[in-house]
Amino acid sequence: MSKKELGKRMQIKRKSEKWGKPEEVDTFAEIVKLFRQKKIGEEEFRRFRLQNGAYGSRMRADYSMVRVKVPAGILTPEQLEKLAFVSDGFSIGSAHVSTRENIQLHWVQLEDVSEVMRGLVEVGLTTREACGNTIRNVVCSPFAGVCPEEAFDATPYAKAVAKFFLRNPMNQNLPRKFKFNFACCEKHSLVRIADIGLVPAVKEINGQQIKGFKIYLGGGLGPASFIAELLEDFTPMENVLPSCMATVRLYDRIGNRENMARNRMRYLVHEMGWQKFQKLVLKERTIVNATKSTSVKLEVVDEETPSEAASIVSYESNANPQGFQRWLHTNTVPQKQRGYVMAFITLQSGDITSRQLTALAEICREFSGEGCVRTSPGQSIALRYVLKSDLPDLYQKLVSIGLANPGGLTIASAVGCTGTTSCNLAITNSHRLAKEIQAKFLELGLDMDDGIRDATIKISGCPNSCGQHEIATMGFFGGASRVNNTLAPTYNMLIGGRVGEDDAALGKVFTRVPAKKVIDVVLKMIELYKQEKNEGENMDDWLSRVMNGKGTGVAKNLDSLKIIIDKAAQLPTPEQSPDSYMDYGNEGKFVARTARGECAA
Amino acid sequence: MRSLNTSAGGQESRSRRHPIVVEPNALLQEIAKKQVKVVDVRKAEEYSQDHITGAVSIPLANILNADSLEKVAEVYGNTGIDDNIHVVVYDDTFGALAARVAWTLEYIGHPNVSLLSITYSTWKSMGLEIESRAAVYPKVKHSLKVNNEILATADYVNSCIEQDGKVVLDSRERLNYLDHHIPKAINMPWKTFSGENSILRSAEELRRIVQNRGINDGQEVITYCGSVGTLSGLAYYALHLAGYRNVKLYAKSLKEWKSMGLPTEVVKDANFWDLSAG
Repeated sequence: MSKKELGKRMQIKRKSEKWGKPEEVDTFAEIVKLFRQKKIGEEEFRRFRLQNGAYGSRMRADYSMVRVKVPAGILTPEQLEKLAFVSDGFSIGSAHVSTRENIQLHWVQLEDVSEVMRGLVEVGLTTREACGNTIRNVVCSPFAGVCPEEAFDATPYAKAVAKFFLRNPMNQNLPRKFKFNFACCEKHSLVRIADIGLVPAVKEINGQQIKGFKIYLGGGLGPASFIAELLEDFTPMENVLPSCMATVRLYDRIGNRENMARNRMRYLVHEMGWQKFQKLVLKERTIVNATKSTSVKLEVVDEETPSEAASIVSYESNANPQGFQRWLHTNTVPQKQRGYVMAFITLQSGDITSRQLTALAEICREFSGEGCVRTSPGQSIALRYVLKSDLPDLYQKLVSIGLANPGGLTIASAVGCTGTTSCNLAITNSHRLAKEIQAKFLELGLDMDDGIRDATIKISGCPNSCGQHEIATMGFFGGASRVNNTLAPTYNMLIGGRVGEDDAALGKVFTRVPAKKVIDVVLKMIELYKQEKNEGENMDDWLSRVMNGKGTGVAKNLDSLKIIIDKAAQLPTPEQSPDSYMDYGNEGKFVARTARGECAA
Repeated sequence: MRSLNTSAGGQESRSRRHPIVVEPNALLQEIAKKQVKVVDVRKAEEYSQDHITGAVSIPLANILNADSLEKVAEVYGNTGIDDNIHVVVYDDTFGALAARVAWTLEYIGHPNVSLLSITYSTWKSMGLEIESRAAVYPKVKHSLKVNNEILATADYVNSCIEQDGKVVLDSRERLNYLDHHIPKAINMPWKTFSGENSILRSAEELRRIVQNRGINDGQEVITYCGSVGTLSGLAYYALHLAGYRNVKLYAKSLKEWKSMGLPTEVVKDANFWDLSAG
C-alpha cells in the first residue's frame, strides 16, 4: 500500500499573529541615534532598550542580544524564514531558543537592532517587553492542545493573556520582571516556578461542566527560589483575567522598588506570608471586578486544528532508515488526536543555524498539520500534528539538515543558559557544558535508557537560574572557587528538583563540582542509580529515596552519596592537568568576571 | 527617496548611465535590442551546460589569474566587450563573484556596468531564456584607463586607519569579524546587504541601513573581506546603490593584509564561537 493511501494530510493555513508594530521600529532607530548623539542619557536609554527587547551583550554594550517574544512558543514557517534572514544579515547566522520559549539573536550591532525589528514586524513578531520590568513572554506548554491529560487547550488563553498585557499601561513599569506560565496538565507543568502559573481545569458546578484554571502565584527561580501557591481551588473563566490583573496591580503598588536583589513578586509573597498575600489578591480582585468595564476581557480565539487523521495511519514496516527507531523512541510522543504524533527537534543548548531555520520552515509546511512549530522550555522545537505515516519521511528530512539528533525528550538534552557566551552575570560557560553533556550522553546511548529518561540536567552560568537548575534532577549553577590553590570554574550541584503541579520541589544544594568534572559526576550518579535502584524505580524516585536516608546500597543517604560524588569530582593538580582549570570553550586561564546584569531595567 | 543617478554628496568620479542593478525584464528588453553584453562569471563547465541566452563566459578565475591589467582588458575584449557597451554581470553565488568581475571592469575604465538583480538559479527557476550554445562575438579591443579611485591598496588602507572620516568596512560574517579584523574596521556582513529574493536589498533599504551605522554622505568607505574581494565587491555595489559615491575596494583584502604581517584587532571578551551552532 502506498503511503498516500495510508494517511491523508490535513493542513491548516495558519496566519501569523500580529504582535509587532512598525512605528515602534522607527522610534527605536531614532532613539538609538539620539543616544549616540548624547541627547539621551545612558540610564534612560538602557531602560528604553530593554523595554524593547535589546539586551546588552556580555562586556560589550555596543552589541545587543535581541530577544524575540514568542507567545505560547508558536512560530509559523514565514516567521522561521524571517528569523533566518535577519540573523544572517545582522546577527551571527544562528538563533537561540531560550528556556522561556523566546528566540534570541546574539551579537547584533546596536544600530542594526531596528532593522532586525523591522524584519520581525513584517511577519508579526515583536521584541516589545521581552526584557525590562514588565510582563515577559507568556510561556505555554508545547503539549497544550495535544496532551492526553489536559482538561482543555490552554493555548488560546495564553495568547489572549499575552495580547492583553502587551503594551498595557498597567504593567509598563513594574518593580521587576513578571512571568506567566501556562500548563497543559499536571505533568508538563512549569506553573509553580512563575509569578502566575495557570493549569486548565474543568469543574462540575450545579451539574454543569465549567471551564477555568487553577492559578498559582508567587513562584520563581533565582538566588532565592520559591514554589508558587494555589490562589483558590478553582478559578472560573470569568475570574481568570481579574485574578491576573489584581495580582499585577497589587505587585505594582506594593512590590519592592528599592532593593533590586529582592524585588521579584515571590519575595513580596514570602515576606508578607502567603495567607496575607492571598487575601490581598482576592480583595483586589473584588475591586477589579467592581470597577472594570465589561469590555475589558480576554479575547480568546480557539486554535484551528486539523481534523482527525484517517483510520489507517501507521507507516510501512520496511520504512526504517538508520537511526530512525532510536529517534522515534526518544523524540516523539503520540497526541491525544488519533493518528497524530508530536516530534521534538533536538537542539544543542537551544542553538539552531539560519540554514536549519529555513529548512525547518519547509519541513513545517510539509509535515505539520497545524502549520506552525512550538519552541519549548527544554530549548527544543516541537513539530505537532505530524501524521504517524509521515514519520520516516520527516526523519530523513531532519537528518539531511542535521536536526535529527536523538534524545530530545530524555536526560540527554541538557538545558544550558547562554552563560559567558553572552551574559554579563555569568561566571561559567553553561551553554557549552550542556552541549558537552549532550554529546557524551548520545555517544554512550544513555538516551535509550528508560530509567533515566525523565530525569533532567539543567545548567545556569550563575545563581540566577535562567537554566532552571533548581527544578532538575541534577542541576548546576556556575561559580568560581580555588581548587588546589588555583582558581577554577566550578558548579554548585543541586539534586532532587522536580517540576509538576503537585510534586514541584526545588533541588537541594548538594556539593560543588569543578566544571571539567561535571560529566564524570553525572555519569557516576547514573552508575549508582543503576546499581542501587529498586525494580522499576526511576532515577528521580531513587534519588528522593536516598535523600530521605532510605538508600539500600553504598549511597544510603545524602552524606554517603556526597562522599562518593566528591571523590569523583577531585581535580588533578594544575601542574598535572592545566586544562582542568580552564572553562569549556575557553582555552585561556580562567578568570571570573561579571558586570551589571540586564535582567532588571 | 533620492535619485540614484545623482551624487549623494560624495565625489562623483564619473556619471553612471545605467542602474547598478538590472531587473530581469529590463535585461530581456536590452538583450532583444542587442544593446547589452551579458557576462556569466560561473565556472566554464557550468556555463557550457546552460546560461542566459547570448551571455559570454568570463569565469572569475580568468580575471584573478590574469597577470597584468593589459591581460584583464584583453579578457574582456576577447568576448566582444568594447569600451562603451552596457555590461550586465551575473553569477550563482549571491552576486559576490559577479560584483568582483563587474568592479574589475570598472577598474580598467569601463563606465557602464550593472549587476543582474537575481542569481542564475533564480533566473532559471523563473523559466526565463537560457541556452547551452556558447555565444561567440568578434574580438574587440578594450582600452585601459585605470580608475585608481576605486581601488585601495594595503598601504592606503593602513594610512586610513588613523584618519577620521574614513570608514574601513569588513564585509565578512560577524563571527569572523569578532575573531579578528583590520584595526578600527566596522563590520557589515555581506548578507546585511542581500535581499530575500535578490542579490541586493532596495536602494532605500540599503541607504537606511548604512545611515543607521552613522556613515554619512561624502564619507569615504573602503570595503574588504577575507580573500579576493568578492564579498566586499558586493558591499562596494551595495554602498553605491545606497547613494554613496566615494567607495573603494581593498581587492586583495585580509588575505594580503595578514600575509604582509600587518596588525589585526580582536573583539575582546567574547566566547561567541559557542553560539554558532556548528
